[in-house]
Amino acid sequence: MSAGDMRHAGINLGTTDQETHDQAEPDIFGFWIFLMSDAVIFALLFAVYGTMLGATVGGPTAASAYKIGPTFAETVILLTSSFTFGLGSIAMKHGASNRVLLGWFAATLALGLAFLGLELHDFATMIGDGAVPTRSGFLSSFFALVPLHGVHVLAGCLWLIVMMVQVPIFGRDARVKINLLRLGLFWHFLDIVWIAIFSVVYLQGLIR
Amino acid sequence: MTDGIWPALLGRFTWNALAFVRAWQNPTVNEIIGAGAAMMVVLGAASVITLITVTGKWGYLWREWLTSLDHKKIGVMYVVLAFVMLARALAEAVLMRMQQAAAVNAPGFVEPDHFAQLFSTHGSIMIFFMAMPFLTGIINYVTPLQIGARDVAFPLLNSISLWLTGGAAGLMMVSLVIGRFSTGGWTGYPPYTELAFSPDVGPDYWISAVTLGSIASTLSGLNFAVTIYKLRCPGMTLMRMPLFCWTTLCTSILMIFAMPPLTVATALLALDRYLGFHFFTNDLGGNMMNYANLFWLFGHPEVYILILPAFGAYSEVVSTFSSKELYGYTSLVLATMAIAVLSFTVWVHHFFAMGQSANLNAVFGIATMTIGVPTGVKIYDWIWTMFRGEVRFTVPMLYSLAFMMTFVLGGFTGILLAFPPLDYLVHNTLFLVAHFHNMLIPGLLYGMLAATHYWFPKAFGFRLNEKWGRIAFGCWVFGFYLAFMPLYVLGAGGAARRSQAFFEPAFRPWLYVAGVGALILLAALTALFVQLWVSIRERDANRVFAGDPWDGRGLEWSTSAPPPEYNYAVIPVVDGRDPFYDGKRDGDGYAVPAGYEDIAVPRNSMVGPATGILGAGLAFGLVWYIWWLAVLCLAGIVATVIARSFIRDVERIVPAADVARIEDRWHHAIAAARPISRHHETTPANQGLAEVTA
Repeated sequence: MSAGDMRHAGINLGTTDQETHDQAEPDIFGFWIFLMSDAVIFALLFAVYGTMLGATVGGPTAASAYKIGPTFAETVILLTSSFTFGLGSIAMKHGASNRVLLGWFAATLALGLAFLGLELHDFATMIGDGAVPTRSGFLSSFFALVPLHGVHVLAGCLWLIVMMVQVPIFGRDARVKINLLRLGLFWHFLDIVWIAIFSVVYLQGLIR
Repeated sequence: MTDGIWPALLGRFTWNALAFVRAWQNPTVNEIIGAGAAMMVVLGAASVITLITVTGKWGYLWREWLTSLDHKKIGVMYVVLAFVMLARALAEAVLMRMQQAAAVNAPGFVEPDHFAQLFSTHGSIMIFFMAMPFLTGIINYVTPLQIGARDVAFPLLNSISLWLTGGAAGLMMVSLVIGRFSTGGWTGYPPYTELAFSPDVGPDYWISAVTLGSIASTLSGLNFAVTIYKLRCPGMTLMRMPLFCWTTLCTSILMIFAMPPLTVATALLALDRYLGFHFFTNDLGGNMMNYANLFWLFGHPEVYILILPAFGAYSEVVSTFSSKELYGYTSLVLATMAIAVLSFTVWVHHFFAMGQSANLNAVFGIATMTIGVPTGVKIYDWIWTMFRGEVRFTVPMLYSLAFMMTFVLGGFTGILLAFPPLDYLVHNTLFLVAHFHNMLIPGLLYGMLAATHYWFPKAFGFRLNEKWGRIAFGCWVFGFYLAFMPLYVLGAGGAARRSQAFFEPAFRPWLYVAGVGALILLAALTALFVQLWVSIRERDANRVFAGDPWDGRGLEWSTSAPPPEYNYAVIPVVDGRDPFYDGKRDGDGYAVPAGYEDIAVPRNSMVGPATGILGAGLAFGLVWYIWWLAVLCLAGIVATVIARSFIRDVERIVPAADVARIEDRWHHAIAAARPISRHHETTPANQGLAEVTA
């Protein structure tokens, strides 16, 4: 791999589309910075969650409020969606047909929506059990951190739909490609955040 | 209006929310002052709109400015916004000083609740809507020119940042007319700002405006950082960048990492207020200390976001007006980076008195004092830059010198405050107020004013009037000392900050002096406006179209004044730290290229204005519980972003022939201009061409 290929992180287009590759450099770098800034927001919400673990005020605790089964299923679904998106990125890099590309994105979208559906069902169960954010500081911090990730996934799904419309309309021009690279970073970033949520929030909840 | 359709349409708005109605129903001096301020907002807006309509400038304004993605125009608009907000927040400061001077064992004329709104808006505006737009504007204008780029990395995002800031500032103005502002200070500490104690719209205005401004600043920081990392011209290595670019870079990094904590703090407070969460409430597990930590995790780096660009501007000014290369460039870069890193390690010193252990306070106290070291390095570097240089006492240089004296003084009181035991004694007194004004007035305002005077000829093609510049300078410095030195005495004597009245007669003379100082500061601002007026009237005598009025050193001086929209017809190649200064000495400062090529510039876009207006609408809907408006505006923002992604025709080509015409006109002007020596640079003989002496 030459130095030129390594000029920006993400799926490199260098060998297949040098022009877009060069144009992508500031765009992808800028998106990395955005993700780092977004990561600070999540980091702070994790910190707030950590300080509020004990603030249950006699209400539901982590052990009583969380259901590990559904959240494990959500984890598997979201990780699989990252895998399908990755296959889509590779298909784009090697010039696969629109049908293959859109197929991978449709699979990703379906998995993303399934994740959101399961998560909403989780929240509804918690609320039904009286674990509402207004009950305690602990539940407030849960309902700020985890749904914020959900909102991100929702934004990702919306973005994916827009891109699935744009691929047939514009073909694979530089902007479509660069936006797909960015969306890929975003999608994988949400995976990493979810892994942190699953470990710090749900698994830690089991221990207690 | 308690039932039926009105609450659904207008939320919790009632006629009583209007400042005019309140003054009509209850005509006290206090309410009339409020209505007067509201009247100034309404009349100001109305007269601006009328003026534009009568002169038929709407089309011009829309095409050339409001929808422009040119970093230079966006920069200018930021600075204009900063001056408008400075005028309001300074007027509020004067009002507060008058009230305190009148309220020793007397009620004065501003009631406590109104007074609390005054110090809350004064602080919020000065930080978020004066200082931040000012430095963002200067950075916007100068940085791409200095690194030899044609624009910032993301011109549209730049416009969105501007308009979000503008929308938030507009919200601050609206709060004068409709409803009331927060009484919780610029820091908005809960639990006081929680629904239980402040159920009115005030804290919601504060949350909305600050959050919009915070998001805009995060995006600006991102934009500038990518610009500097990726768009430098060939040869412009990091260690060849002008120092202003280094401070821009550090400020941008601070914005990227320090604005999110503010966004989180205000968002969690909003969750508490709107959805009944318990982050910072007194009951059900809320913990106010989380807010203090989050807010100051932003708040302390913010201090350096504000001060670093000024350090950069002083470095440029001192070097140029001493005709010497910057002394200790490497140490200045390292000091800037050190300050940026250390700024994340000291936030607890803002609440030493809030109950952590003595050991923790000691650690943060020591870290705080450490910042004095790199700052001291900088002061010495500037002094050595002047040493045996050809120093000219122009207006920007005067501000730099006043800064060096005054800022060091403020630094000393900062070292005092960094001792936790001493901080316990003067915490929340006027001593603290004196200290941070002593840092920010020289460390931000003087710096931005120096930058404005220094780069104004570049931006507009004519120099600012020196005489009125000096008058304004004198008033800023004299007024500062009169207004804030007494506050040290008062604070050491135990006068609490944010007090609407005092009961200690011994305070009276000091409050009088501070009041006079505030009036002189108001005169300083007036002098600046007079200066602008006089300068515009005399512009034809002071043109510097050739572009280099101060024998400048960096690339920004190697273009015409004002620069063409594409900045550089041919992207420059540099091989040193002062490329233009050295180029002039080597005889190739104004080399004419062999030919020109087409240049792509970003097309105008209404996405910026749309986002700003919809963002402000969303915020207004949230403040007043007008849910349909909030939902509509949020949907509008999403729709705007998606619609924009379908627009492919986003660039406009400036044909090579046009470039050649523009450049030829400039080169002819250079050939016709008479080079002047440094003794004549503030006279009309200055046409923007420097006499080069080896």
